[in-house]
Amino acid sequence: MSKVVVITSGKGGVGKTTTSANVATGIAQTGLKTVAIDFDVGLRNLDLVMGCERRVVYDFVNVIRNEAKLQQTLIRDKRVDNLYVLPASQTRDKDALTAEGVGRVIDELKEMGFEYIICDSPAGIERGAQMAMYFADEAIVVTNPEVSSVRDSDRVLGLLAAKTSRAELGGAPIHTHLLLTRYSPAMVKRGEMLSVGDVLELLGIPLLGVIPESKAVLQSSNKGAPAILDETTDVAQAYLDTVYRFLGQDRQHRFIEEEKRSFLGRLFG
Amino acid sequence: MRFLDYFRRAPKSASLAKDRLSIIVARERTGTRTGVADYLPQLQQELLAVIARYEKIDLSNVTVNLDRSEDGEVLELNIALPESEPAPPSRPTRPSFA
Repeated sequence: MSKVVVITSGKGGVGKTTTSANVATGIAQTGLKTVAIDFDVGLRNLDLVMGCERRVVYDFVNVIRNEAKLQQTLIRDKRVDNLYVLPASQTRDKDALTAEGVGRVIDELKEMGFEYIICDSPAGIERGAQMAMYFADEAIVVTNPEVSSVRDSDRVLGLLAAKTSRAELGGAPIHTHLLLTRYSPAMVKRGEMLSVGDVLELLGIPLLGVIPESKAVLQSSNKGAPAILDETTDVAQAYLDTVYRFLGQDRQHRFIEEEKRSFLGRLFG
Repeated sequence: MRFLDYFRRAPKSASLAKDRLSIIVARERTGTRTGVADYLPQLQQELLAVIARYEKIDLSNVTVNLDRSEDGEVLELNIALPESEPAPPSRPTRPSFA
């Protein structure tokens, strides 16, 4: 059984690519054969965040146009077994993605035994974003606790309910999950940031996880190694929890409350 | 005085954000997810047809809006009559009913 998962948000810069890289890495670490597809044609970045940019030979659009075979195009991760990346084209535009072509590639990935197909959506609600969500079984909606991000997530939820293969063929609706990123419990406590509860109330979908605002995210993209690989950071812990919850395990939510700091920690932190 | 300001709490920006979002999200959902407001363009056309029997107006001068708040729904109808007409007032009329 394979599952197609779209990582989407509407708004740009909220952490879709970071989430795609971490969730795909986390799922693959449990032994499930996983591929992350970059749908951001023209502005590919997943390869960079995953640290495989120098190994890109062919891309997604080459495969759609039958210019390259899928096996030649997939990049195998050097750190984690069972993890592959399908890079986007840097030179074409988003119109190169057709529903027929994307569907064919996804079917082929399923035949190759991929259990999780993670689709990293571009920002916006145009063709690239619609193609990324079209074949999805599950959607992780990445949202920042901030007005424009919440509004855009709500728009995207509307699209997920209407403009996907499942919606058009009258199938069961896509499972939607909320992933709240760049969360700052200290700001929430001071009333300066929307809380988890506020966002849940506004969007009305179940919470998959909360990823705290952290320097570790930038440091990991600097290195091209998803944060989840260094289990000492809070971001890695939060993404690990998210992955296990996504795979059906019961994990308590963390990083929602402000961390209690010791007296000495306050003095020297 | 700063000391007193501490006790006189200003509204927090997070609650402002939540209030603004609950309005905008509710409004956008009426149009996209439930399809409740689907009849608005047709309503606009039909209203125009009725009014056109009595007054010379054009489509761009008629706007119909449906707002949903916690208290109920407000159907807002805005018709601007042409300025050249002597008898009716040239200001737009704004009847609204909840």
